[in-house]
Amino acid sequence: MQKLNGMAGALIGSVLLAGAIIIAPGYVDLFQIMQFTVFAAMAVLALSLGFIWGYGGILCFGQTSFFGLGAYAYAVTAINFDDSTYAILLAILIPVIFAALLGYFMIYGGVSDVYLGVITLTVSLILFNLVNSTAGDFYKIGDARLGGFNGIPGVPTFNVPGNPSYILSPEQSWIVTGLALIAVYLGLRVLIASSFGRIILAIRENETRAALLGYDPRIYKLITFMIGGAIAGFAGALYVNWGAFVSPTIFALGLSAQIIIWVIIGGRGTLIGPVIGCLLMQWMVTEVGAQQTLDANFILGAVLIVFVLLVPKGIAPTLRDLILSRSRETSSEPEQSPVKVKP
Amino acid sequence: MDLAIIVGLDVISGIASLVLISAGLAVIFGMMKIINLAHGEFLMLGAYATVLSVSAGVNIWIAMLIIAPVFVGLVGVIVERCLIQFLYGRLVDTMLATWGLSLVIVGGTTMIFGNTIVGVASPLGGFTVGAFQSSLYTPFLALMAVLLMTAVWAVMRFTRAGLIARAVMQNPEMAATLGVNPARVYMATFGAGAAMSGLAGGLLAPVAGVVPTMGAAFIAKAFITVVGGGTSVLWGLITASGLFGFINQIAAFLTTPVFGEVILFIAAVALIRMLPTGISGKFFKGRL
Repeated sequence: MQKLNGMAGALIGSVLLAGAIIIAPGYVDLFQIMQFTVFAAMAVLALSLGFIWGYGGILCFGQTSFFGLGAYAYAVTAINFDDSTYAILLAILIPVIFAALLGYFMIYGGVSDVYLGVITLTVSLILFNLVNSTAGDFYKIGDARLGGFNGIPGVPTFNVPGNPSYILSPEQSWIVTGLALIAVYLGLRVLIASSFGRIILAIRENETRAALLGYDPRIYKLITFMIGGAIAGFAGALYVNWGAFVSPTIFALGLSAQIIIWVIIGGRGTLIGPVIGCLLMQWMVTEVGAQQTLDANFILGAVLIVFVLLVPKGIAPTLRDLILSRSRETSSEPEQSPVKVKP
Repeated sequence: MDLAIIVGLDVISGIASLVLISAGLAVIFGMMKIINLAHGEFLMLGAYATVLSVSAGVNIWIAMLIIAPVFVGLVGVIVERCLIQFLYGRLVDTMLATWGLSLVIVGGTTMIFGNTIVGVASPLGGFTVGAFQSSLYTPFLALMAVLLMTAVWAVMRFTRAGLIARAVMQNPEMAATLGVNPARVYMATFGAGAAMSGLAGGLLAPVAGVVPTMGAAFIAKAFITVVGGGTSVLWGLITASGLFGFINQIAAFLTTPVFGEVILFIAAVALIRMLPTGISGKFFKGRL
């Protein structure tokens, strides 16, 4: 019953939010809309890690690998084909293939949490170095020059599928990005409520027991990892569409760190948590960026340490526990939190 | 022939620098099973300590062989007392907290010293092999790597502190019942690991650009080496450094330095796929 209520709540909230997203350009100026767009794209990225880490139990320190690959795949395809439809598809497909290969090696190799974190982190660093060294005319795919550390400027932004001459305005791009965030969120909610979702939760809680019940944990973890890669790649496409620009810093350590921080702060084991964490931190970094005395890394690091030490569960689960314990005091009805959080 | 000597020197220097940059991480990981994500920043602090001491007029040898390790060792002890000790047994949380720490150190250093590259001249001259030039600093780094490994081996094997350290490494509970205080051993280990990172940072200061973000350049290689080597501090580190250093330098010689790194990484992933507990998990079980 609780689960159904949660789903209904998520649906109603999403519909309300979708309405707000659509009418927002009428009330907010363009600069704010652009800000919102990048926040929403980053929130999609946060969801990808929130899913594979919070539900799949896979700590991927290099989620930027898929984000960056998606971004580059989008940029290169969009420049070559002048139609963003294929570009978006490839931005999802290439990270999925990469996730499948990498995930196969790690998950079927029996690489466990911490080692997995180290390997994924290393992958993103290597990709950073690799793409960073592609300066010069020699490195180009079709018409797209990779440009090394200068990145690729002037990437075509989204157009209406099948009609390359109709390019979306920034306001329309915002609506697409915002609705994409909601769609990804709801999609993951449904996925988690499905039998697949229950199985990956079972594997997260106790891998051996799930295996003894007849589920092969490896294939489920691999699929979870690939879904995370797909969403991160999609987020990459949304991100490039926002700035019409992509550079190797998209793979850099700083961003990988931030994604982890979003999920930690918002809360593992929820989907709304990473989104909250992302929006909160993005907003904070923007505010911090406006002043010169304190370095952004310094603040991010300090926030991460404080949360690990003092609020290890994150904002969303802590709030939910508070509210649940309140309502338990008032009503005698036994209630259960919809998703158990691993300590 | 001359070329072979130069490539050989490259390989030796590749292996030596892997040993140096990974040693501190390997000690902390091998003994405490903690992955210290602020390792690169410890290296960076060692490099900064060296550069700043030299520019303050200290002899360069004293700066990199004494000041850098002592300073970073102290930082390590402080970090262990203020942060790590609350997180024992929470592997992933330790990783996250040390990552936070690395961001704080990078941010703090940037605020104090800015983003510019500072440097210190290499203290040794060069020599020629036929038509090729090489720096005397390369064999010096190799010598330091050998000395460091010998010192670790000697301390672990022959001193009482080493005996206690090995006991805690094998079974902390058992050591505790025999009257050893594991918390103190952990603190000392973390300090020693940090000091070794500081030494490596000091030694690399003359050959690397010293910037607040320099740690990121070393961190991937150090991790891959330690994970590939497994939990055995000495043998895991030596075999993994030997293997990866060799692969890296030969690949870099045949292609470009960047592809050398990529090939090193692919080799490492393949190795971990075959030996999930690292080289020492398979071949040097229970050895130092």
